[in-house]
Amino acid sequence: MTERLEPGVFLERRSYRRRRLLDGLRLLPFIGAWLFILPVFWRQAGEEEARMTSDALLFVFGAWLVLTILCALLLWAYNRSGAEGTESG
Amino acid sequence: MTTLNSLVLVCLAYVAFLFAVAFAAERAAVRGSRQWLRAPLIYTLSLSIYCTAWTFYGAVGYAARSGMEFVTIYLGPSLVMFGWLWVLRKLVRIGRTHKVTSIADLISSRFGKSNTLAVLVTLVAVIGVTPYIALQLQSVTLSLAIFAELDPGGEPLNKGPAAFWISFGLILFTMLFGTRNLNANERQHGIVIAIAVEAVVKLVALLAVGAFVVWGMAGGVGEMMQRIDQSSIAEWRVERGRWATVTFLAAAAFLCLPRMFQVLVVENDDDRQLETASWLFPLYLFAMSLFVVPIAVMGLEMLPESNPDLYVLTLPLLLEKDALAVLAFLGGFSSATSMVIVASLALATMVSNHIVMPIWLSLHGEGASVSGDVRHVVITARRLSIMFIIGLGYIYFRISGGSAALASIGMISFAGVAQFLPAMIGGIFWRGGTRAGALAAVSVGFVIWVWTMLLPSFGAGGLLTPQVLAEGPWGIRALRPQALFGFEALDSTVHAVWWSLSLNFLTFWCVSIFTFPRPLERLQGAQMVNVFDRAGGTTRGWSATAAQSEDLLIMAQRILGPEEARTLFRQEASAQGYSGNLPDPSPEFLQKLERELAAAVGAATAHAMIGQIAGGPGISVEDLIAVADESAQILEYSNQIEAKSAELSRTARQLKEANTKLKKLSVQKDAFLSQISHELRTPMTSIRAFSEILRDTDELAVDEKTRFASIIHDEAIRLTRLLDDLLDLSVLENGQVTLNRQVGSLETLLNRAVQTVQPGGDGPMKIIRRRINEQVLLQTDLDRLTQVFINLVSNAQKYCAAPNPRLTIQANQTDTEVTIDFIDNGTGISEADQALIFEKFSRLGDSDGSGAGLGLAICAEIMERLGGSIRYLPGTGGTGFRVTLPKVHAMAAQ
Repeated sequence: MTERLEPGVFLERRSYRRRRLLDGLRLLPFIGAWLFILPVFWRQAGEEEARMTSDALLFVFGAWLVLTILCALLLWAYNRSGAEGTESG
Repeated sequence: MTTLNSLVLVCLAYVAFLFAVAFAAERAAVRGSRQWLRAPLIYTLSLSIYCTAWTFYGAVGYAARSGMEFVTIYLGPSLVMFGWLWVLRKLVRIGRTHKVTSIADLISSRFGKSNTLAVLVTLVAVIGVTPYIALQLQSVTLSLAIFAELDPGGEPLNKGPAAFWISFGLILFTMLFGTRNLNANERQHGIVIAIAVEAVVKLVALLAVGAFVVWGMAGGVGEMMQRIDQSSIAEWRVERGRWATVTFLAAAAFLCLPRMFQVLVVENDDDRQLETASWLFPLYLFAMSLFVVPIAVMGLEMLPESNPDLYVLTLPLLLEKDALAVLAFLGGFSSATSMVIVASLALATMVSNHIVMPIWLSLHGEGASVSGDVRHVVITARRLSIMFIIGLGYIYFRISGGSAALASIGMISFAGVAQFLPAMIGGIFWRGGTRAGALAAVSVGFVIWVWTMLLPSFGAGGLLTPQVLAEGPWGIRALRPQALFGFEALDSTVHAVWWSLSLNFLTFWCVSIFTFPRPLERLQGAQMVNVFDRAGGTTRGWSATAAQSEDLLIMAQRILGPEEARTLFRQEASAQGYSGNLPDPSPEFLQKLERELAAAVGAATAHAMIGQIAGGPGISVEDLIAVADESAQILEYSNQIEAKSAELSRTARQLKEANTKLKKLSVQKDAFLSQISHELRTPMTSIRAFSEILRDTDELAVDEKTRFASIIHDEAIRLTRLLDDLLDLSVLENGQVTLNRQVGSLETLLNRAVQTVQPGGDGPMKIIRRRINEQVLLQTDLDRLTQVFINLVSNAQKYCAAPNPRLTIQANQTDTEVTIDFIDNGTGISEADQALIFEKFSRLGDSDGSGAGLGLAICAEIMERLGGSIRYLPGTGGTGFRVTLPKVHAMAAQ
């Protein structure tokens, strides 16, 4: 493997930003899974100081909405940075 | 009060409206305004067939029974959508690249276009989805029954006939719009638009009921939260295993359900649709589940005795909000119908492509090249399949009695289709997966699912006796359906999902590792796993001869339709540069054709049909290289670059050498020209001088005139000779000389040379010859050879400075060559000059200046042309030259 043409070590600023946005999108389902598994560890009915269903309702739907907005925002930022430059991700 | 009859009328009106919408969409597609039909919003809405009547009615019932757990059904798919960059993007790209028609098609295509695998997947899908279709029928009949009960003058609804007529209507609608196109591979625009409309209807209906419950009944969000805190599901309660398992199961089913695969992958046009759906669809699910808990809590409070699955309907009816109830009914009706339509369509495609068509083709086994349109067979097969599948759902509904809670039926379906997950995900991410592995995995998963989930779902005394349920078959306790290997404490769903999927995955992995894939499997595996790397790359699968083009056209006409097939062939022919309709069956074209056919009848059938004409798949060396390890490809590439670079530097070196040589030649040419001018100038000068004397001097003695004239004559002769020699040399050097080969004896040649130099017999120089050695026949250009001899003899005569000049001519022959030595008794040539004598214009002590110094150069050129040589012979005591001729041209005297 001699003298293969290596791409530059550093990307142009905009494509660097785009790649990190994609990384953010890739991370999203894992953040989601982490958030959605949390209520499993709450104190349940029958245990002392059990949590209320209304808490879970607010938490789950809140997390859901935040994730959705985050996903839309990341995609919006990604597409906007792509529209400015000619570089394709 | 809404009567049952008016409700049926509303239903019919609604269906007529859907017909109109679907029809308008089809017309729009035909007119070419497909752009808005492909809008990301339409795509996202079409995904909503995930939310069936199970969501619409069942989710509330689920929440009333188990609290928040219902939400996991929607969290799983949301996570899949958020993570679209991981799985969905690849799945969709593969679907588009390989023109996949169904999940069975994808799996069979990935594992070497195996129809066995396709049949297995199709069967499992049909068995897995049938309960789900039954569930939709059940929910619509239940909701109709609610209205019937409230109808004061009417009778209670007879569920059997009602379900029958609903099934009938669904079959009609699906057949009309799902199989309208003669081109079986066309996108189902009408259906997609219809389900998008239904998606809006069910969302609006559920939100309306929810808003009515929260603001109309509870009096606001705060009050609603208080009610939740006071309800029977107020305390947080979740079965930990179920929470995670159901989330995972829903995510898996979202990818594996045939209807979801249809809208997600098959109907997908570009990544943009997926991108928008990645946040918009979770938002849709969010909205669909937002009011589920409030409705459940309100239902539990107001209608504790009634079926919680129907709170969405019964709550508005309780408060006599008829319009809202009808809207809710339409929402549920929409959910049920859109699911049944797409599910039966997707399953029908699988059944007709992988079961009916292969059987039909083998029964009509005249081979693929028989003419006749088979599109009607494809369409008929699909229509029959649709009837079969919805009919099966109806039968299941009648047998199961429509009693079980909606949620548990849905879960059984989910777990059934999730058995495709290891083969599908393993197939598109792992090149090591094999056909045997996939077959074994799906079979194992299916058997465990049937044993642990499907059979027990009919209840004790259903298909399994209570004894088998409690003690295991034949008393083997380790095989108890709901406690495999003694795991009794697990929830039955967790138990079934855990065992079926883990053993499924393990089987796929183990069998794949220990079996070896066929070339086609490896090829397909490489293409699908690396779908992003080799998007435009073609691999050769087929090799056919030109004579088979017509057979291919005939076959393509049967499946694609005559017009479409001819257009396809004509385009390819013109792309290949032919004017006619038949292109060369290049491997690229065959692959393209196979993909077109695959879009109509599935990959396995298309592969088999092309195989009938093109013969066995000729997998080329390049393909195998492509299949080989990635590193091998990179190595290959780098080797190629290395070789090219070496070649380049070699060429550069050669160019440098050539340049040096050219420069040297240019210098030589300049020197030659200046020498020539010099040589020409000397005689010209004396000619001019003496001719001027003759012209200008009047009184010249006669003898003086004669002397001057003869000087001019001599110089002119010298000039002519010089020019002759130059011409001769240039002809020889350019290789333009044509040799006139003749046979003659050496003796004759030498005689002629000697006589030319010494015309009068004895001259001043004595020539010694040994004629016995000269009896050699030569086959060569005799005139040229004589020229060389004359030159040598006359040189000796001219330059030999001995008082008694003597020339010895001596011929010899060895096995390979004949040599003739010319040795005089002169002073010889100094070693430094020996290198120069054969150069042009080299003259050594040329006292009289009569020679141009070209003689020996000409001799050397001639000898080279004759295939021999001439060189100076040192150490002879005088000046000696040796002429060598190869024996090929020499023949012993006979």
